[in-house]
Amino acid sequence: MPFSTFFFFTLRVFLVGPLLWAWAWEYPSARAEGERLIITGSSTMAPLVSEIGKRFETLHPKVRVDVQTGGSSRGIADTVNGLADIGMASRALKSQEQHLNGSVIAHDGITIILHTSNPVQELTDDQIRSIYTGSSTNWSHVGGPDSGITVVNKAEGRSTLELFLDYFHLSNRDIHAHVVIGDNEQGIKTVAGNPNAIGYVSIGTAQYDAAHGIGIRLLALQHIPATLETVREGRFPLSRPLTLVTKSPPAGLVKTFIDFAQSPQVHDLILQQYFVPLQG
Amino acid sequence: MISFSSNTLSRSRGDFLLLGSVRLLALTAGGLLFLVVAFLFHESWPALQNIGLSRFFSDPDWYPTENSYQLTSMVWGSLLATTGAVLFASPFGILSALFCHFYAPPLLARWYRRMVELLAGIPSVVFGFWGLMVLVPIIGRWHPPGPSLISGILILTLMIMPTIMLVSHASLAHVPIALIHTSSALGFSRWSMIWHVILPTTRMGLFTGILLGLARALGETMAVLMVCGNVVQTPSHLFDPVRTLTANIALEMAYALGDHRAALFMSGLFLMGVVALVVSTAEALRHRNTYVSAK
Repeated sequence: MPFSTFFFFTLRVFLVGPLLWAWAWEYPSARAEGERLIITGSSTMAPLVSEIGKRFETLHPKVRVDVQTGGSSRGIADTVNGLADIGMASRALKSQEQHLNGSVIAHDGITIILHTSNPVQELTDDQIRSIYTGSSTNWSHVGGPDSGITVVNKAEGRSTLELFLDYFHLSNRDIHAHVVIGDNEQGIKTVAGNPNAIGYVSIGTAQYDAAHGIGIRLLALQHIPATLETVREGRFPLSRPLTLVTKSPPAGLVKTFIDFAQSPQVHDLILQQYFVPLQG
Repeated sequence: MISFSSNTLSRSRGDFLLLGSVRLLALTAGGLLFLVVAFLFHESWPALQNIGLSRFFSDPDWYPTENSYQLTSMVWGSLLATTGAVLFASPFGILSALFCHFYAPPLLARWYRRMVELLAGIPSVVFGFWGLMVLVPIIGRWHPPGPSLISGILILTLMIMPTIMLVSHASLAHVPIALIHTSSALGFSRWSMIWHVILPTTRMGLFTGILLGLARALGETMAVLMVCGNVVQTPSHLFDPVRTLTANIALEMAYALGDHRAALFMSGLFLMGVVALVVSTAEALRHRNTYVSAK
């Protein structure tokens, strides 16, 4: 008994002691040297920015990049309140937000999607507007077969919805939806499962899914095809810049990060997330 | 807690320990519920302050970003989907428990029970995905658009049927064997034994099963979100899309700020209220029935 007590005590001193010692020395210095970047905002951008953050961390080992989602509005609010160093907004800055600094890191386009079996090849902006406001309720009104239209809309608060409403000069109250969806994938699955449905989602996601055999078709808008190329060239009408937002002109670590996010070093990450990098 | 002072002169230390720990656990369980409700109240307080309780009923519709916050159509959505599912699932659940216990050959009964147990363990998102990919298109072909109250009811039925079946089965297993022997000796047919002897004795257990299923259906989020269409409206028929209180929270919480966020916590509080109302109504019904049958 006394031996075993002694044995375990010694063991503890030799094993735990050095650990505590090391921790007591390392911890304050690690805290002093390590810097943390807090980035919040758009859930569209969060996966991309956190990938960029991981790569940034490997280049700057003492920096920790902390990415949280919550929507573009929250990203901007957090930046204004100083809760975040950088905000993510998947849209251009609004007029009342011009005092903030926005740096575009990539583009995203929204595309109208139909079921592959739908013979309608193109819709004008007015036709889309009349479908979404419920004045056209049958595909025969817009040159399609005689069957009712299923309108798929996005839930409130999503920036995709905001951009869509903005482009078509609509308010959410005007829209007569049959289905309200949350994320892009749910929208694509809903349209793929319903030959009479019309919806709108991010081009990156839609193009990827359409290329991988999911039954949706991307619709051209104003005769401009919905592709990554037209979005990159800024020709596609329904597209949005993915913006990093700061309260004051970027400096120090924040500037280093934004420069990195705009550099060709992260193009592969942007393409992986089906967004469109700034330069081809 | 049977042994104590009645059969020993002094309570043992073990009894005190047991008493203490049981009290502590009971307090924790009760306290958790209290904490949940307090948290919901705390988070929805801004909504109560800035919007006011009455507007959640009197506003024309739900457009939180345009300052309109009506929740009643979502309360109806939750209630109708749940009621429909319970109406469908209860007979199926109870009948399959009866089949499994009284009619099926033992080998089949065992496999059948295992299958239902497996069904009870399937995550709700799988049901939702299946609903979105298979059930909704079928309903859409029959009566467009497809995502609707009826698809929600059918998915919820599938999800709560196993719960009801398994709880019913467990309570059927507790019927005293003497009752079964007596009814056999009296020459009852199998069905009249079930109808006149088994069902009255197991009524409580069957009821508990239905209540558990009902609570699960009310709280279900993911599957309902995927198949119900989520349009905020009071449905006028089964093929109208609806939004439930739970789906409302899941759809909008990620992007909600300020009063909108508080209003979503308010829909959580409404859901809590609906659950409390339904459970207490059910309990009241149960007590009344017990009293009547005891006469």
